[in-house]
Order: sequence, then C-alpha cells, then structure tokens
Amino acid sequence: MENILDMTLLEVQEVLREREITAVELTQFYLERIRKHDGAVNAYLRTTEEEALKMASDADGKIRQGEGRPLLGVPLGIKDIFCTKGIETTCASQILKGFIPPYDATVIRRLNEQGYVHLGRLNMDEFAMGSSTENSSFQVTKNPWDLMRIPGGSSGGSAASVAAGLCAAALGTDTGGSIRQPAGLCGVVGMKPTYGRVSRYGLIAFASSLDQIGPLTKNVTDCAVMMNAIAGYDPMDSTSIPEPVPDYTKYLGRDIKGMKIGIPKEYFIEGLEKDVGDAIKGAMAVFEKQGASLVDISLPYTEYAVATYYVICTAEASSNLARYDGVKYGLRSEGKDIIDMYKKTRLKGFGKEVKRRIILGTYVLSSGYYDAYYGKAGRVRTLIRRDFDDAFRSCDMILTPVSPTTAFKIGERMEDPLAMYLSDIFTIPSNLAGLPALSVPCGFDRNNLPIGLQIIGRPLDEGRMMQAAYVFECEKVVKKIPAAFR
Amino acid sequence: MKITPEVVEYVAHLARLELEPREVELYAAQLDRILEYMDTLNRLDTAGIEPTSHAVPIVCVLREDEVRDSLVGGDSLQNAPERKGNFFKVPPIIEVEE
Repeated sequence: MENILDMTLLEVQEVLREREITAVELTQFYLERIRKHDGAVNAYLRTTEEEALKMASDADGKIRQGEGRPLLGVPLGIKDIFCTKGIETTCASQILKGFIPPYDATVIRRLNEQGYVHLGRLNMDEFAMGSSTENSSFQVTKNPWDLMRIPGGSSGGSAASVAAGLCAAALGTDTGGSIRQPAGLCGVVGMKPTYGRVSRYGLIAFASSLDQIGPLTKNVTDCAVMMNAIAGYDPMDSTSIPEPVPDYTKYLGRDIKGMKIGIPKEYFIEGLEKDVGDAIKGAMAVFEKQGASLVDISLPYTEYAVATYYVICTAEASSNLARYDGVKYGLRSEGKDIIDMYKKTRLKGFGKEVKRRIILGTYVLSSGYYDAYYGKAGRVRTLIRRDFDDAFRSCDMILTPVSPTTAFKIGERMEDPLAMYLSDIFTIPSNLAGLPALSVPCGFDRNNLPIGLQIIGRPLDEGRMMQAAYVFECEKVVKKIPAAFR
Repeated sequence: MKITPEVVEYVAHLARLELEPREVELYAAQLDRILEYMDTLNRLDTAGIEPTSHAVPIVCVLREDEVRDSLVGGDSLQNAPERKGNFFKVPPIIEVEE
C-alpha cells in the first residue's frame, strides 16, 4: 500500500480499475496516515471520515460497474474555502465557524461528477489573507520538511498535506501566490490557471479580480489530471472564459525543442537567496539541454507589483467581506443597535490580518484617496500587464523563482506585515496580469528545504506550461516525501 | 505620519469594525508604513494610461431568462444566527419614539 505514495493519479486510477485495491481501502490508508502524522503537521482543520468512506464505497460500486473517470475513488483534501453542501466551511475564520453551505461550489460539483472522495478540510490563512498559514484562527500548520517552519500560504494546509502524503492531491486558491508559494516551499507542484479558466462559483471571495482556483499535487501528471477535472466554462461565473478545455495529459511527454524561455532580469535581485538563485540557474541549464533556448527579457515594472497588489486586493477584500455582518450566517455578537451588532460581530469574528486589510482597503477606497491609491494602482496594473505582452513577443513562457527565500521560521514575520507581503514578490505579477503560472520543485537548499521554480505562460497556455514542467520533472528528479512521513 | 490613531478609528467605523485600543495604535503604525510603501507608485507617470479593473476583458454576460431551481427559503436561511419564519431577524434598525 505504501507505494501508493509514489504513484501518479493515472497509476492510482489503474490500480483501482484493476481492483488491486478498493477506493475504501485507499481512503482508509489516507485516513490512517492523517491519524498518524497530522498531529505533527496540522494540515487538516477537520477530516470528514464518514462522508469519505461513504463516497469511497459509492465509488467502488461504480468501479465494479466498469466506470472509470480519472478521479473516481481518489481521496482529495479540500482547502476550507470552497462551499461544499452539508460540510462545514469556515475559511479558517471564527466568523464562519459552524457555517454549513446549502450548495456546492462548481469545482466541488465537478469533482463530485468524477466520483472523488472528500477526505477533509485543509487549513489556510483566514480568508486566504497571508503567506504562511499563521493567520488561521484555528491552528498553525507546519512545513513537513522542517516542523519549525511555515508551509507558506495561504494554501498552506493544501501544500503540507500533499507534501506529507496525507491526501492524493489537494485543491487550493491563489490570489497573489497562495498556491504557488506554499507549493514551492513544501516541494510540490502547484498551478494557478489563467484568470477565468476555472469557475469560482461557490468560492468564498477574497479579491475578485485576482482570485483563481487550482490544484496542488505531487507531480505534473497529477496537476494535468486535476486541471482536466476542474477547468472549463461555467455560466454561474460571469468571469469564466467560454473556451474549450484541452486534455492536458496529452501535453505530457512532448519535447520542448525550439521552445523560447524568457529569463527576466528583474527577478534575480538582491534578497534572492544564493541557494535559490543557484537552483534556478541549474533549472535553466536543464531546459537548454532539452532543446529550449533561453532569451533575456525585461519586465521593468516588476518592482511596483507588490504595492499595486496590496492596494487592489485590500480594496476588493474590504468590499467582499462586508457581507460578514452577523445577519445571514456565521457568528453574531449582541449589540445595543444594529450598527453596534455589526461592529461587535466583526470585532469578535475577524483576526488581526483580516482587520488590517479591511481598514487598509476601506482607506484606499475612501473619498479623497480613491484616485490616489485605487485609481493609481489600476493604472500601474495596466503597465504591468503590458510588460508581459511585450515579453511574450520574444518568448513562449517565462522562468523565475517562486519565492526569494525558502521556508522561513514560524513567527519570524508575524510582527512585520510588510516583510510578509514582500515574500510574494515573484508570484503577484501574474495575478495582476491574469496569467497562468505554475510552481514545480527544482531542488533543495543547504538546510534541505525545497526550492520552487515558476513558469509563467500566456493566457490559456496551461498545456504547454505543463509540457515544459513535465520535461523538467523527468530530467530533474526531486525527492517528494520527507523521510519522516514514509 | 499619514495614519493617526484617529484616522484608524474613523476608517474602522466606516468598515463597521470595533477595535480594541491597543489595536488602534498598532494598526496606525503598521498602516503608516504600508501606505508609505504604496506611495512608491507615485514615482510613476501614469497620465493617459487606462486603469485595469480585470486582467481579462469582460463583457456583460447575459443568459436566457428561464425558470430554474434555486435555493428554497429554508435552505438559504439555515445558517441564520436568528430567524423568524422565512426572514432573517436583526436588532431594531429604526428608533421608535416612546
């Protein structure tokens, strides 16, 4: 059973179909691993054992009848941000504690159609606001490679659970790097698709012009399988792109001869750890050896991306989070009148970082400051988009580090929000431009902490990005699960 | 110093947030530093540049007006902290003179 951890989802599908194991056995295997290891990692907020075993048993019935969808009977971990009918969904916030959604998000519906198994809810920064998962109001998740360190965030529970082998794959969300940064810091694959590629209906909103859903997986093959399941047009999301979805697994195994890969000089800056820089240079050599050519490019507005992002995301968050007022769902604190009730509910229900961002967002949108901040940030966002348009005239995709450093220590950046914000410096630009970007492991630093390589692509070019990442993954074998979790 | 504790309290009121006194002080100092960093955007000349509100051009999406299932009253009210029949119940909004 242990060798399951080394299989791709395509191989897992095979052993299920051949009935070498049943979906119930596979689910029990993961539930047992969670019982054994999650006390150290704290990736799961809650497991849903009863639902999981029921879904697995349903899947076994379908497999016996010869059905064979790629995720049928596959146990997945779900970031606690997707509305899932009948299953508590909290966004790691006290304000949504006990919230039971009356409907399924579109991604959950799509996974249900595949016959997946819902293992449990994964920890995250409250409302996806953070880069370390320390802003969860319930628990601190640890990096499986070093339990003294953060797993990254906001999808830290998703990345840690995949890295420690506590689910077959996980679902996350990425507003400024929240899939790619934790994937990079935990040594797993993470994909933020093109804005609009995956429907966000039923996703609890943080910053609507930036949020996107994607998978965190052990390898590129699994990323393709998950993307096949979740991508595609949905009339329930008006930002959803009405374009057909290719079979992403078809891109795996194609060579990358003649592919032009852009190297932006602005991403190799002071503050980039030496081991990270060296690993990225090593990766560049692998791509060259495989027949791709490296092209020097420039993205001159990169240094303004973090400031632009934090104006836009806090503004949108302050508006999106206005709905948590103690009326329709979640927590309510008593007050002397309705305004007082709102204020006391939000005082008690929101954590520090969420309040900080709501105040910042309200400030930048307030009368007298709107043009100076929100208006200005929107204009700089246009300049950042144009940077990428120009760059893609001379290359097919762009290669960068995911983060300037490897995983930092728990508590290290909690008192300095600006230092925390700057850890997303390389992932934020692609959210601002709506571009697909993925993170793939490319090595370890001197402390045996994983290093992530980022590939940024043209809109809807996820297939070719996975093609390149797959070639890299086959050439550069990086160990996947830390020895302590074998 | 752009952000004084008074500004934080005023903005918090606009956002319907009550803050503890020590939070007001802390946020004033932190937000001042963050806004100073955001002010680096003012180094850029953006005259004549159209702002981007969505990275992907979006047109107004309309669909056929057809009858479909939707959440029934009870389901959409199941999480209400307080309800009365098929309504959300809240504290008095309008002051009534005795």
